[in-house]
Formats: sequence, structure tokens, C-alpha cells
Amino acid sequence: MRGSLTDWLDRRTGIRGLLRHALDEPIPGGARLAYVFGSGLLFLFLSQVITGVFLALYYVPSADHAHTTVAYIVKEVSSGSFIRSLHVYGSSAMIIVLLLHIGQTILFGSYKGYRELLWLAGCVLFALILGMAFTGYLLPWDQKAYFATAVGTNILAEVPVIGSWLKQFVRGGNDLGTLTISRFFVAHVFLLPAAIFAFVGAHVFLFRKAGAAGPPVPVRPEAVESFYPRQVLMDVGFTAVLIPALGLLAWVVPAELGPEANAADTRFLPRPEWYYVPVFQWLKYWPGGRAVLGIVVIPTLVAALFAALPFIDRSGERRARRRPVTIGGFVLVMAALVALGVQSYVQDARDPAIARQLTVQHDAVEAFMSESFEPEVAAESLKVENAALANPVAAHGKSVFADQACDACHGADARGTDSAPSLIGVARKYPNGQLKSLLETPNAKMSDGGMQPLDAPDPDLDALVAYLESLK
Amino acid sequence: METRRSFLGGLLTLGTSVVGALLAIPLARFSLDPLWRTTSEVLWSDVGAAADFTSVTAPVKMQVAIEQRDGWRKVLSEKPVYIVKAPDGRPRVLSAVCPHLGCSVAWNDAKGQFVCPCHNGAFAADGTLLSGPPPRGMDELDARIEGGRLQVRYQYFRQLVPTREVLA
Repeated sequence: MRGSLTDWLDRRTGIRGLLRHALDEPIPGGARLAYVFGSGLLFLFLSQVITGVFLALYYVPSADHAHTTVAYIVKEVSSGSFIRSLHVYGSSAMIIVLLLHIGQTILFGSYKGYRELLWLAGCVLFALILGMAFTGYLLPWDQKAYFATAVGTNILAEVPVIGSWLKQFVRGGNDLGTLTISRFFVAHVFLLPAAIFAFVGAHVFLFRKAGAAGPPVPVRPEAVESFYPRQVLMDVGFTAVLIPALGLLAWVVPAELGPEANAADTRFLPRPEWYYVPVFQWLKYWPGGRAVLGIVVIPTLVAALFAALPFIDRSGERRARRRPVTIGGFVLVMAALVALGVQSYVQDARDPAIARQLTVQHDAVEAFMSESFEPEVAAESLKVENAALANPVAAHGKSVFADQACDACHGADARGTDSAPSLIGVARKYPNGQLKSLLETPNAKMSDGGMQPLDAPDPDLDALVAYLESLK
Repeated sequence: METRRSFLGGLLTLGTSVVGALLAIPLARFSLDPLWRTTSEVLWSDVGAAADFTSVTAPVKMQVAIEQRDGWRKVLSEKPVYIVKAPDGRPRVLSAVCPHLGCSVAWNDAKGQFVCPCHNGAFAADGTLLSGPPPRGMDELDARIEGGRLQVRYQYFRQLVPTREVLA
């Protein structure tokens, strides 16, 4: 049965040949655990896509609903906290595995031998993944998301000439707001993932074209092993350890959500996700006029140097010990990043004022997480509630509205029914006492609709008008 | 070209099945959550202290605050109801929505009747139909007394039919 189905498919798709080609990929020197990071990244990315699509079932990208919907996911929806935690921790895992993948490539010198484009596609993927982490961080719209993104987007203003324009473009205005969420959402779920899919395709295609690089020292030609089965097993095995480990972490330590973003909270100390902490610390050393050097020039130079590596380091030598400049440079940059990160945490812990504020912020997150979910009051409810509460005359007018059976046709909340229109905002249409005279003598259109002239004492009429004017 | 895409395709299939198998249960729970959630269930709304209604002689109009859950949001509204007294003395709560075309029925003290302003349907003080186009008497709402408070489950009923049918 199975054989005939495969035959049927193979005749139409050539699947046997495709599979054989995929699995027979020669690996010089044989399968190694060191080669698992690339496919590990692919699996992690797929996990992010799946959890991300599911999160979008409930998430609303808008400043007035984003936080509520994430809180709903975390506190109410079955497995919601788990799925979101997988997505949050998945992003950290991607950064870690990405660094391991880059580290392995540099250590093995695998970027050499006609692999410049392969390397460049990888560099683009690196940037895209950092972009995913940055754009995704804002979406829950809690305090840390808001303030960390405020800092992150402020950096853009340091870019010479187009800086302030760039910042406004990314934010969708001068300040962080609902337009910023829309922009980050579009980048996070449409543009960046589409680009990642495209560049993963290019990266894998170029990898197959160049062939697996194998170990740094030349190996005997007969030491070649095909991708299947051992390397496949290692790759899948790595993922089979990685994903359950993430699942366990998500289960035991669910990702937290803080209180909703409050732009007026001037004391809030923004702290980015751990992988951006070194950058955050680095920015502290470049105040005022020199900022452009530290924020734009140096990072751009480092990134350009990194991307140009296969063009600069052109020798055939792949052994790490014989390439002290490349290896040394990479180790130096990584050590500097770690040092900056450690420095940031040490400074925070040593400054009593900062430590106190961070404790306050942490307690606020804990407090918010322990509260039960509070549904958002729908906007149409608020109009009615406010009207009833704001002005005692209007509140009396609301009871006149009911006593005169206005609600019979215009609805209990003046929101309209099939038989009469909504009265929300009616005062804008009939300003300056026109409403009162219309209530006493309805116009032709109103009479045709069945509106009766109102016969009520003057104070009641005034109260009714006050109520109608309060409906906005 | 095609063969290379299949390499990626193979990885994708493999990855999706491994990751998918692990995630299937929480993902199913996550996406099916609204199915076993009772957010649309009608909640009990407070009308007032039960003691306030023990000595009513004529129907009393009250506005009850209705809270409807809709996923992550709630819609608050106020609906008029009438509290009348059953022969056994317990309070009954009638919906003010006319079973004819849904207008809001008003109590007319002078006539001692409920009168619908739209088509002159008239109901007795206990809500039974007296005259006019409505197909049935005023609809009684589920009421209970909890901790000395009168509570009501506000619901809508199908119009223009002779029997009381709850609308979902």
C-alpha cells in the first residue's frame, strides 16, 4: 500500500529524487554535533511562527486593546500563558542558538571558499532576527515594552541628517502610540517574517550550492558521510531536546506581563531584554555630542566589518589557531558585550536608588500578575456610564428619558433601535437650544418617524437636553 | 533548483511535525478556548435590596445594570424592568420590552395598566395581556434573592410569538 502511494506521488512530483537529493547531501569528515545549530534555528523559527500565529487569534494591535488582549491570553485563555511563554523564551533561544551558529562558523572558518553570499544571507538573517526581537518586544504594551522601545527608537534620532525623520517614520509620529504598535505589528508579523522566509531559502540554497564546509583540517575524501541518517538524527535530536526544554521553562517559569504602559510614569527605568542589555549599557558611555560616534559610527563599522569578513579573510587557512586576528576579534567583541552586560547589572545593583526603583517595578509586575483578569469596558458602555455620572442635571435627564418612554424607540442607552436613530452626538447636529425646540415641536422628518411632541415640565426638558448633550 | 527546495521542504516538514506534535495539545486548548468558555452566559444583575420590594402595591420601574462578556471586553448597559408582587408575596421581575415589537412598556398609574406607547398594547399590573396587538403578556425574567438582594437574569425574548422564547 505504502509503496504504491509513494509510486503515485513520485510519478507526479518526483518526490523520491527530491528526498534522495536532500538526504544524500555529502558531509566531509562526517556528521558532527557542531553542525546542528543551523537547523536548530530553523526549527525554533517554525516554533515562533506557529506560536505567533496562534497568539494572533486573540491579540489586537492597538494602544487601547493590546495590553488587555495579552492579559486575556496570559490570565484567561487555556494554555495562553504557556503559548506566550514559548514565544517569549523562543526569541531568547533564537538569539543564543544564532550566536552558537555564528561562533561555529567563525571557529571552523566555514565562511571561506566561495561562500561570501552564503555568509551575507546569514548576516541579513541575523539583522532580521534582531529586528523581530525588537518589534515583538513592544507588542504587549506593558511598562517595560513601552519605555524600552522609547529608548530604542530614540537611538534612531542620532543618525545624521535623516535621524529625526527616521525616528518619526518608525514611530508613526513624534511619540510612541497606537500608530507605533500598528507599524511594529506589521513589521513583526508580515514584513520581517516574509523576509526571513526568503533569506532562509537563499541561505539554504547557497549552502547546498557551496556544499557543507566540513572540519577546518582537510579530511580524506573517503571520510565523507551523507546527511542522512546520522546528521539528520543529530539535527532532529538537538531540536527534540531544545523545544521540550523551552516547554519546561515556559511551564515552570511563565513569562510575565507588567502593568499597562503609562507614558506619564516619569520614574520608570527602562531595561531591555537581556540580549539588548550590552547595547543599552554601551549607549550610556556616549552622551551629548559624541553620541553619533558611539551610537551610529562604531556599531556601523563593527557590523560592516562583520559582514565583510569573507571578503577580508581570504586565505585558505581554516584552522582557528592560524587565524588569530579573526578569532581574536570575534572573541574580543563577544567578551566586550558580556562585560557591558555584566557592568549594566552590577551598576543597577550597586546604585541604591536604581535598585529600589527596579524593585518597585518588579513588585508592580508581580502585583499585576496576581490580579485576576479585568475585561475592558467596551467604548459604547463608557459613553452611557459617563453621561449618567458626570452631571447631576444630565443624570436627572436620563431618568426623564426613561419616564417619557424615549427609550421605547431610541433605546435604553439612547443608542438607537430599529424604530429610531441613535442620539449619541445629536447635540453637535442641533446646537444652541435647537434640541429643546425640536423636542417640543418635532420637525417633519421626526414626526414621520413617529416622534411625538414632548409634554413635560420645563426643568425636566432642560435636564433631558443636558442628558442628550452629554451623549458623545 | 527543485531538489534544493525539497531539502528545505523536508526540513520544514520534519520540523513542523516534531514541533507540532509537542505543541498540538496546548495549541488545541488555546484555539478551542472560546468553545468551552461561558462568557456569553447571562450574568445575574443586582436590582436592589429585596426588602425594598416587599411592600410594593404598584409596579416599580428599575434600571438594572447588565454586564455582557465578549471575550476580553465587557459591554455595560442599563435595561428597564418592572418589579411587581406575586400573589404569594415574592417579587416578580418583568421585562419592560413589549413582546409585540420591542418598544419599552410604561406603567400608567392613572389607568392602573402597563401601556406600550407604540401600538397601545395594554397589560395588567401582573403583566398579563389585556388588549392590543401584543401576542402574549409581558415577559417575566428569572429572579432570585441572594443575601437580601434581589437579582435578575436579563434576557431577550422573541417578539411576535404567543409563547415566551429566550433569544440566545
